[in-house]
Amino acid sequence: MTKLLFWLLFLGLLPIAPSTATPLNDQRTLQQHFFTQFPTLSRQDFANGVYALDPDAKQSWLAIEQFPPYEIAIDRGKKNFFTPFKNGQRYQDCFVDYQQGISQHYPYWDLKTKTVVTLSQAINRCRQLNLEAPLKPTAGDLIALTAYLAFLSRDQPIAITIPPVPAAQVAYQQGKDYYHQRRGQLNFSCASCHIQNAGKRLRTETLSPLLGQTSNWPTYRLKWGRVGTLHQRFIGCHRQIRAKTPAPQSEVLRNLEYYMSYLSNGLPINGPSVRK
Amino acid sequence: MTTMKTVGLLLALLIIGCTPPLNLEPQMNGQQLAFDRKKGNCLACHRIANGESPGNIGPPLTHLSTRFTHKDALVTFIEDPTRFNPETSMPPFGKNNILSHQEIQMIANFLWTLPATQTIIP
Ligand code: HEC
Ligand code: HEC
Repeated sequence: MTKLLFWLLFLGLLPIAPSTATPLNDQRTLQQHFFTQFPTLSRQDFANGVYALDPDAKQSWLAIEQFPPYEIAIDRGKKNFFTPFKNGQRYQDCFVDYQQGISQHYPYWDLKTKTVVTLSQAINRCRQLNLEAPLKPTAGDLIALTAYLAFLSRDQPIAITIPPVPAAQVAYQQGKDYYHQRRGQLNFSCASCHIQNAGKRLRTETLSPLLGQTSNWPTYRLKWGRVGTLHQRFIGCHRQIRAKTPAPQSEVLRNLEYYMSYLSNGLPINGPSVRK
Repeated sequence: MTTMKTVGLLLALLIIGCTPPLNLEPQMNGQQLAFDRKKGNCLACHRIANGESPGNIGPPLTHLSTRFTHKDALVTFIEDPTRFNPETSMPPFGKNNILSHQEIQMIANFLWTLPATQTIIP
């Protein structure tokens, strides 16, 4: 019965799905766009963001990687991961496949709750299932857990799926629209900087392309002096253009992450990393 | 009585002395307005004579008197470049109140005077 329902839904969806602007077509078009614009870069290179384009920045990054400043976060995350909850369960009971790496599958569309679920949220869902209080989106303990899980996923290709249900397509579309809408007093969209002007310099900052912007998180930023989240970086870019800042893990930013991650499918996870 | 008067006078002088003069902020000139990160920050995107570490999103700002028929046309452009190219990434400085009309005029005056041959710091 449920199978039949699924197929009806699936087939019902087909006529309304436009043939040109499907997520898959978006992904192919955008990846091809950047491969053509930067013909010397491999797919892997894009995961390194601005370092793929700026040799000087790459040199100083490689020097920093000799003593990675995010290592403490990985260790802390590992410790947290194996510490039992009060009920005796552990994170590994929620994330049974953790050893193979799971970060590359986040965020995903949850068919039950009809929402985009990020890795941070999945960790909090695991806590709540085990009667622990959820951690704040910017809590050091939570960031450390995602650092450990990203580390276990290193070199795994990003593999985001968008199931053929209308609500998931809508969430993807909202993320896409958000990326392309102008906002803030300075009137920029994310695309103005990271598609239209990718590779160019804003003062001394080389602008990274959208492709690969989600692969390296969480990331140690020299400016922050600590490991922070993708959503914190999103908020930083909002401030730069004097725009209203959405909350970390809000629906807006989760849908944005869903769109951006899906477009980077196939690129390797290389978090945690270091950025200026 | 006279002591009261003197005290009063002294107090009054003290208060006047403590009140900051109006317009404490030094007036920026056109170049400063164009270069300052909190003001025009034009160097974020444009090379401009004597401006350090410019970006390269927009064209170098030279020869503007040959690019615009008169200075007012330059002011109009800076007020809202999206009127001329809806796709441009240059912010609408006047329309979005990033700069006042007077500040934009000062920047235009500055840019207009730049000799075309002046060296541009890369
Ligand atoms: C005015 C220009 C500008 C706009 C608009 C802008 N950004 Fe950025 N962004 C930057 C700069 C500069 C950096 C730092 C250099 C880099 O990595 O690109 C950056 C970095 C990032 C990074 C980190 C990339 C990495 O490899 O770690 C992400 C993610 C990002 N931006 C997302 C966004 C999103 C999403 C938006 C829109 C909500 C946005 N940006 C809007 C200028 C901008
Ligand atoms: C974020 C990028 C950005 C910033 C900041 C910026 N511009 Fe521009 N500007 C551009 C781009 C891109 C163009 C190319 C024209 C277009 O896109 O339509 C341009 C074009 C111009 C032109 C026309 C030049 C020509 O030869 O046609 C002038 C004049 C100009 N800008 C002045 C300014 C001034 C003055 C400021 C600061 C108050 C400024 N710009 C700030 C991006 C920028």
